[in-house]
Amino acid sequence: MLGGDEAAFSELVHRYHATLVKVAGYYVKSHASAEDVAQDTWVAVIRGAEKFEGRSSFKTWLLRICINRARTLGVKEHRTVPTDPRESGPSVPPSRFNSGGMWSDPPVPFTDTVDARLDNSVLVNAVRDAIASLGEPQLAIVTLRDVEGLSTEEVATLLGLSEANVRVILHRGRAKVRGIVESAMRGTKI
Amino acid sequence: MKLLPSPLVCRDAVELVSDYLDGTLSRRDRRRLEKHLAACDACQAYVEQVRATVAASGRVGPEDLPGDVVEGLVNLFRQYRSDN
Repeated sequence: MLGGDEAAFSELVHRYHATLVKVAGYYVKSHASAEDVAQDTWVAVIRGAEKFEGRSSFKTWLLRICINRARTLGVKEHRTVPTDPRESGPSVPPSRFNSGGMWSDPPVPFTDTVDARLDNSVLVNAVRDAIASLGEPQLAIVTLRDVEGLSTEEVATLLGLSEANVRVILHRGRAKVRGIVESAMRGTKI
Repeated sequence: MKLLPSPLVCRDAVELVSDYLDGTLSRRDRRRLEKHLAACDACQAYVEQVRATVAASGRVGPEDLPGDVVEGLVNLFRQYRSDN
């Protein structure tokens, strides 16, 4: 599959390794374990232990290898996988609404704070940092859905969750990222 | 007789935004939200913020990896290829 091409392999590692670590983190107890799972995934790819037959995208295939390994290790570690989306509170702090539920401290579109001519790199950087600060399961799901661009159905299938569950967790994750970015943007000088 | 959907307040509207952007809201909730958005600049701004956040997420590039991680794996790759 890799045709012995070292540069191509290196490119794949650069492209996907961090994503594999984030997704493995959904199943295992520590960052170190997630890193081990990601490394094992690459070893399996190198050894050809898993054959890519082109029935799915390369990305999905790679993620599936990683997730299978992470799930196995997670079971060994007796890790309880966080699938309950009810663990988080409201999307926006209640203090930003009045007693009637209307905004008392309304949001401002990012386009008003970030100069579009900057190619929005300020926004992209703020979003990257905000996503990195998410805990599981939001980190894995926001990464797969919004960063890697998988569909909700694909994410649900890969993680063995219902689509409804993925949507709720995604909603919480996006709301959290938005809140963090909004705070960062308020302090941004353009 | 159909019951008219109750109007949304902002605090409840924000909870529908992710599904709204993904097109997975029920028709009833979509109508309630769109009716609310038509009259609420602040919630329109909120939707815009979430939309911008999701769009920017898709533009987040790969992270910089520690050199030893890549080097270790590439060495493994090289070793495996030379053994086979």
